[in-house]
Amino acid sequence: MTGSAKEKIKSIVGIRNYLDSEEDKICYSYDATAIFNFKPEAIVFPESEEQISQILKLANEEKFNIIPRGSGTGLSGGSIPVENSLVVVMTRWNNIIEIDDKNLTATVQPGVITGNLQRETAKMGLLYPPDPGSANVCTIGGNVANNAGGLRGLKYGVTKNYVLGAEMILPNGEPMRSGGKNYKDVAGYNLRDFIVGSEGTLGIITKIILKLIPLPQKTKTMLAYFNKLSDSAKSVAEIISAHITPSMLEFLDRTTINCIEDFTNAGMPRNCEAILLIEVDGRNSIVEEDSELIKNILKRNGAFFIRIAENEKEAEMLKFARRSAFSALARKRPTTILEDATVPRSELPAMIEKITEAARKFDVTFGNFGHAGDGNLHPTCLTDERDNNEINLAHKAFDFIFNEAIKLGGTITGEHGTGLAKKQFLEQAVGTPAVDMMKNIKLSIDTNNILNPGKIFSTTPRCEGTLPKSREQIRP
Amino acid sequence: MSKDSGKRTLFEALPGDDILSQCIHCGMCLATCPTYEITKLERSSPRGRIRLSKKIADGEISISKTFADEMNFCLDCQACETACPAGVKYGLIVESARALIENYNYEKVWKRIFKKIVLKFVVAHRINIKIAARLLRVYQKSRLRKRLHSSGLFKKNFPKLSEMDLLSPDVSPIFSDEYLNEKIQPKSEVKYKVALLTGCLMSIMFDEINRDTVDVLSAVGCEVIIPKGQVCCGSLNGHNGDIETAKELARKNIDEFSKFDYEFLIINSSGCGAFMKEYGRILEDDNDYCEKAKTFSLKVRDVMEFLAEINLKDKFKIIDEKITYHDACHLVHSQKIFSEPRKILKSLPGVELKELDESSWCCGSAGIYNLTHYDDSMFLLQRKMMKIKETNANAVLAGNHGCIAQLKYGTKKFNVDVEVIHPISLLKRCLNDQ
Repeated sequence: MTGSAKEKIKSIVGIRNYLDSEEDKICYSYDATAIFNFKPEAIVFPESEEQISQILKLANEEKFNIIPRGSGTGLSGGSIPVENSLVVVMTRWNNIIEIDDKNLTATVQPGVITGNLQRETAKMGLLYPPDPGSANVCTIGGNVANNAGGLRGLKYGVTKNYVLGAEMILPNGEPMRSGGKNYKDVAGYNLRDFIVGSEGTLGIITKIILKLIPLPQKTKTMLAYFNKLSDSAKSVAEIISAHITPSMLEFLDRTTINCIEDFTNAGMPRNCEAILLIEVDGRNSIVEEDSELIKNILKRNGAFFIRIAENEKEAEMLKFARRSAFSALARKRPTTILEDATVPRSELPAMIEKITEAARKFDVTFGNFGHAGDGNLHPTCLTDERDNNEINLAHKAFDFIFNEAIKLGGTITGEHGTGLAKKQFLEQAVGTPAVDMMKNIKLSIDTNNILNPGKIFSTTPRCEGTLPKSREQIRP
Repeated sequence: MSKDSGKRTLFEALPGDDILSQCIHCGMCLATCPTYEITKLERSSPRGRIRLSKKIADGEISISKTFADEMNFCLDCQACETACPAGVKYGLIVESARALIENYNYEKVWKRIFKKIVLKFVVAHRINIKIAARLLRVYQKSRLRKRLHSSGLFKKNFPKLSEMDLLSPDVSPIFSDEYLNEKIQPKSEVKYKVALLTGCLMSIMFDEINRDTVDVLSAVGCEVIIPKGQVCCGSLNGHNGDIETAKELARKNIDEFSKFDYEFLIINSSGCGAFMKEYGRILEDDNDYCEKAKTFSLKVRDVMEFLAEINLKDKFKIIDEKITYHDACHLVHSQKIFSEPRKILKSLPGVELKELDESSWCCGSAGIYNLTHYDDSMFLLQRKMMKIKETNANAVLAGNHGCIAQLKYGTKKFNVDVEVIHPISLLKRCLNDQ
């Protein structure tokens, strides 16, 4: 980035919204993804749509890259800078513009913290269901950009199921609006759903309209303890096939349980092999009926104890403990590489076996937890990035896991996104025609490839397959 | 474990690579960090500060004014340690980084001189604390002070200094160690033998809290020992980069207290308690004191922590009071004491405890932070006072003298009608035989 480009950026956003000290570059070189990091050239905090638009236009003229960023809690490296880039931080866009209790919608700016929105809507008897583990720190904008999932995915779905409309600034600096408060809207291509999960490669989101639902009348939270991993997996499969849909059906293995206990003292038994955290919600009678059915299934499949949360406080603590799982695993080793392999739910027991096999074969340690009800596991490799040999083994183990997941009809990422961390596996997972289509879409919207380039897929030429179509494609 | 320890010879003051590398930058700390809340900048966040410390330890960047400013901007409230699932020892990192930047003179001259006077000359010597306190009291009671404020000259010429003058709590006419005996017997039989740290500020500014502590401890059957030779715990020095003076004070206290036989060392200031529980770690390199310090630290108890462990049945009468409780950072985050005071307060007959929203957010006092970072401190204080107001409580309780002084100031500055007291003073009021 040239000095004159930096001066122009400064004059667009104002000196107080511009940072380029070495310290600041370091502090925006990472997100929550292990190992990956890269320093940007500068960081800005835009104040208006107009400023964002001008920055994007300037980026096209001066040929620098733009990296949109929320709280920086992503797990696939989506907000990690690339060469010659400017980070655009949206955390100060944190107003909840409106909660409309006639239409059950919320209109928010992208920097709103997900947990804050959940608390505000709850005050009005409404629920915003997507519930990523980092809800207390992550932003809605980041959730939309990555189509974030979370603990309630099984019954309520993920972020895309709740986005009714969005506004964004396109790479050429023009604003675009898609969708609105309408529950039904088929005017033209479904661009709204296309924005969801675009990982900041198609535009900078500036406003989001979300769908809300009434808060469930009652919730019941329980823990089931197992002596065998396979018993817990069998229980999950049976709950699903019995046509019961809990709002949460979460799995934790022994390593994870112990790390969580070190942190929270939630009173989980340290010596059992697996725990299922289950929550059912809805009308009183249904909650009672479903929890009885679930209890029977759990007992039949070898749960040796079932703990029911006695009050809301205890239930909150158990869920909090589950949300801390990923970070708590860092108590064991300093680097935790968290993956996101997802398989059709019936294949869950097979997938768990494959992960155990990978750990044995490559001599690495995994902590396992995840959204069992969604078939979405988070095998987390406990390692140390200062030891190259260990990291190599970890990568081999993940190659193996991804391959096995794909063989089982699964995917490489369920909810964290492709970003930098998984782009090398994308073609294998979705096939060359799909990746080519993605690239064509990307380049037709972002002709100079300035917006979050090098994420999801590379636009550099590959050894095999199609050659790049224009000179612009041969860039990071 | 760390293979590359060879390259970190330069900054041995910083903790080892294993501690600096433990942060996985997941960001769970962001939601609890008051300074990140103020600026929304990564460098004002715990994970940002850890990353910068690591880069300095690795020799990739050098210490700069930006780094020094951020480290001093941190309140050291350690809310991030409570929030950190990975168990990163952030307090250790920030305090050692502060010791490191002390050599670089980045702070404003007046702040440096002020810190030096307070840390090296005042708190480090018992007699100087008293002299300073007496002088302050003479000034506080003088016509000069009234004139300065009523004329408006003070406010006009030195707006911040004038605010700070109003912020400082009144010095007690007589200090608690001047009227409390070295050994105080309970009225009933002796059930516990405890020592009491009277503290420097507690003794000169809030002597009544020490008196209340002694009264409550006596009433529950404690023989209370108050060694005359005890000195400041050293926490102010330790938290502000002057580790050497802190160690000296720690050694002196270990010597003085070891002259007596006691089961627990009771402390009614959370900052002092948190620091004295750390003596074992602070002196781990000191061959002569290492073991003594560990034993010493094991006996340290916050007064509410101690009382929660013993039987208090039938000790208290019914009083009608609606209270709320503010968690002092050094109680809830450093010592993880959260449920103990609540258990006691809820057991008091007639007392209604209203939970305070954001109770474990720092009030902005943070040692001498309200003097060195007045504006940021006031931002946090205002937020705290508004939350207190929402509870409609008659009294707010806090287990640290710093919080008490700050909150008292907050009641005046932000016009909130609430009494600020130490939990032990409420217990004293509830005692049956009073």
